[in-house]
Order: sequence, then structure tokens, then C-alpha cells
Amino acid sequence: MIEEVLVTARYNPKVDPSLGIWTWEIAFYLFLGGMAAGIMLFAAWAVLGRRENALAFAHNRFALWAPVVLSLGMTTLFLDLEYKLHVFRFYTSFEPSSPMSWGAWVLVLIYPLMLVQTLSTLRTGYPTLAGLVERIPGGAVILSLCEHRRRLIAWLVIPLAVGLGIYTGVLLSAFSARPFWNSGILGPLFLVSGMSTAAVLPILAGAHPQERHFFEITDMALIAVELVLIALFLINLATGAAQHMDALALVTGGPYTAPFWLWFVLPGLLVPIVFELAGLRGYRGLGLVAGVLVVYGGFMLRYLMVDIGQASTWTDYALQFDPQLLQRLMQ
Amino acid sequence: MTTYAMVIDTRTCIGCGDCVVACKNENKVPAGLNRDWVVEATRGEYPNLETEFRSERCNHCGHATCVTNCPTGASHYWKDTNIVLVAAEKCTGCKACIAACPYDARLIMHPEGYVDKCTFCHHRVDRGLDPACVSTCPTRCMHFGILDDRDSIVSRLLRERRYKTLMPETGNDPHVYYLL
Ligand code: SF4
Ligand code: SF4
Repeated sequence: MIEEVLVTARYNPKVDPSLGIWTWEIAFYLFLGGMAAGIMLFAAWAVLGRRENALAFAHNRFALWAPVVLSLGMTTLFLDLEYKLHVFRFYTSFEPSSPMSWGAWVLVLIYPLMLVQTLSTLRTGYPTLAGLVERIPGGAVILSLCEHRRRLIAWLVIPLAVGLGIYTGVLLSAFSARPFWNSGILGPLFLVSGMSTAAVLPILAGAHPQERHFFEITDMALIAVELVLIALFLINLATGAAQHMDALALVTGGPYTAPFWLWFVLPGLLVPIVFELAGLRGYRGLGLVAGVLVVYGGFMLRYLMVDIGQASTWTDYALQFDPQLLQRLMQ
Repeated sequence: MTTYAMVIDTRTCIGCGDCVVACKNENKVPAGLNRDWVVEATRGEYPNLETEFRSERCNHCGHATCVTNCPTGASHYWKDTNIVLVAAEKCTGCKACIAACPYDARLIMHPEGYVDKCTFCHHRVDRGLDPACVSTCPTRCMHFGILDDRDSIVSRLLRERRYKTLMPETGNDPHVYYLL
């Protein structure tokens, strides 16, 4: 037996008794970042596959959603910073060993690309907005240029959007200090999940039946891949070192078992795949419910991952004193 | 690179916590926050029990994952040594370094918001003094010095005594040593 207890007071906020530095803000950012990557990919795919008729929504209207979704995510990321005035510090150096630094700089490439991708779709997708842009001096020329280079833009989008989607997972997997996160599978898992949450948006936005059909089938395939990746992720933990096995125990009998299986895997993956099948058979309502559940599942995946990762640790000391006493002292 | 090490004798430490108080005084650590702490580890089955006291803090790792994960360079090595510091003026409070430390040795400096940790009292080391915790310890169980210097007290103790570091399997190359 070994028992390790803290005999002096240690109750650093958000660190003790167990790590709680990142909550919904980071989960939301990872979720929306993945979704934005998925939107960009589908919009680019529709252009490269010349599907302007079959995938009219993805081809003409979807691209605009990406900057909106990503900006929302960036807002919650900003909310998470403890020292908000120093946000510019992300751009006063580049740290090659830090995934977060890569993420900050990749955004510098992603945003302009999102912008031109959106501009290339504006006249066909959002004529009113295009009208506004045309009123700006040089606006019409820029719109025409972007339309003209639509395929080139789409080609550029593919690697960068894949990078953005994978990055949202690598951000967590780079922490060797948190055994639950420390798996290379998180990158592809978050990418596929991001694509899946993006794929249901045209369904929810009321795209025409042919396009809905395409996205329902695509999303079923993506969920199937996601299930395989989750299985591999768990197997990876199960066959790892002691810390990894302890981390796995958090979702196989430990405190996160019910949240992981009953709040995420069941309603966020298994139910939607069945409902989507029903949607394909003509039960439109179920298809829509599946869409909502997929979005919910995408968020739950990030939320739980962020939470469970922080609960998995190398150090685990019991507190010997009552932290409430400390709080009373500080009042 | 100069490698500083702290060597703590678990056989002499009585867990009084003076090191914790000394740190708070020296570094003006606000109430409710701690850069160091004492752990009491008990092993064995009753009645064959063995207790060890360990004064713990940042391990000033040779491969500090907090430094490699910091996106702004705020977490850095001081003057080509293994002493890991945080430059408050560069810190965004993104907390990546807190997640990256397997020893949970970092804290958020409220209300300012930047991230803080043990500095090995580099301001004292710069003047040739020991860290405050080391000079305060009433049982003289803590020692500080340069590991690369064969004649330093820390090198000598590590040559003469059995020791361990905390979880070297993290790969972080910790530099707080515990004599057994
Ligand atoms: S103990 Fe933690 S905070 Fe200290 S250098 Fe190592 S990784 Fe960084
Ligand atoms: S909280 Fe500060 S020191 Fe820590 S990783 Fe972020 S910027 Fe670096």
C-alpha cells in the first residue's frame, strides 16, 4: 500500500484538487474549429467535383458559414485566456514545439483563405451581400477574381482545412502530462467528427432532397469512421502503460463512464446513425433529429475529452486539510 | 548549459512546512496560492509502515514540457540554465503550460492572471545565495547547487547516497532529487 497526502495547504485554484483549467470555452472552440474545417472541406469538395446542381447549397452558400463559425470559436477561446490584454503575444513569436503556436499562425493563413472562398460564392449564394461588396471600390473586381479562381481556392482549402481539423485534436494530444489525451488518434478523430458536424448542417438548413440524401449518406459513413477511431483510441489506452490504463478506467467503470457512453456515444453517434438510416427511408423528421444529435455529439466529444483529459494525471495526492478553512481565512 | 539541482534528504525532513512559509514570504506569493508543498508518503502494511516526507515544487526539468508547449515563449529557461521561469509580460494565461506539467507544479497568479511557479529563487541564485526554502530549512535537509560541478554539495550527495527523482518516466528529466 502507498498513501500520499499533502501535509501543507495546497489548493491552487483550477489546479487542485484536480485540474480544471479548461472548461466549455475550450471545448466550444475545438468543436467550432472542427466544424469550420468540415464546412470548408465540403464547400471545396462541391466545387472540385463540379456539383453546382447536385450540391447547390454546399457549392454556393456553405462557404460563408465557415468564418462565422470559426469566429464564434475564436471568441470563446479568447474568453478562456486569463490575461486577455496579452492576446497579441501569440503573434510576437513563433514556437515550433508548441501546437498552440502553430494553431495561432495557421489562423493567419486560414482566415484570408476563408474570406476568398466565401467571396467566390457570394454572387450566386448571397446576391444581396455581393451587392454590398460591389459598392466598395474595387469590390466587383475582387469578386470576379475570386470566382475566376474558384477551383484554385478550393484546392488550397483542402490541405489547410484538413490541417485545421487535425490541429484541434493535436492541441490536446500533444500533452504527454495528460495520459487520456496523449494519443495520435485524437487528430483524425476530431477531424472526422468536425466533418460529421458540418455534414449535417445542409440537412438542417433545408437543402433540397438530392443534396440532403448525399449528406445523410456521407454523415453515416463519417460516424462509422468515428466509431472505429474511438474504438482504436480506447484500445490504444488499454494496451498502454499504467497511466494510460488508469486513464481508460475513467470511462470504463470510473466517474466518466456514464457521461462518456450514455451522454456521448449513445445519443451522439449510435442513435443518429440509426435515425439517419430512417431519414433515408423517407422519415424526414428523424433525419432532422439525427442532425441535431450529431451536432450535440460533436460538442459532447470535445467537452468530455477536455474534462476527462484533465482528470487523468501522473500525480494524485489526497488533501489532508479542509480547503474551506482556507477560503474562510481569505475572506 | 548550467544545471542547478535541489537535493532533499527524506530521512531528515520532518514535514514542518517551513520551506512553504519561506517561499511565500520571499516571493510574496498571494494568500491561497502555493509554489511548493510537502507530501507525506506512507508505504507498507500496518504495523510495518514507512513514512517519507517530501518537500515538492517545480522540478526545473531538463526537458520541460511546459516550455515546449508555451505558444508565446513566456515560459523559458533562464540564462542558459535549467531554471524555468515565466515572463509575465509575455504570458497570455492560455494555461497550456499548466496542462503540460506532469507534476502540476504551476498555478495561476490571481488576480493578475499570468502563470506562476517556483523559480528556484533565481534572484537569490544570481547573487550566489541558496533558494529561500533551502536556507530556511531548520533540519538542513535541503541542499542546492550546480550539478555539473563535481565538488558541489549536490553532486557529492548524489554520489554518496541513494536517491530518486519523481516519476522520471515522464521523460521530463526532473532536477529535484530525494535522498533515500
Ligand atoms: S516541473 Fe512542471 S513546471 Fe517545472 S519545469 Fe518541469 S514541466 Fe515545467
Ligand atoms: S499560460 Fe503563459 S506561460 Fe503558460 S503556456 Fe500560456 S503563455 Fe505560456
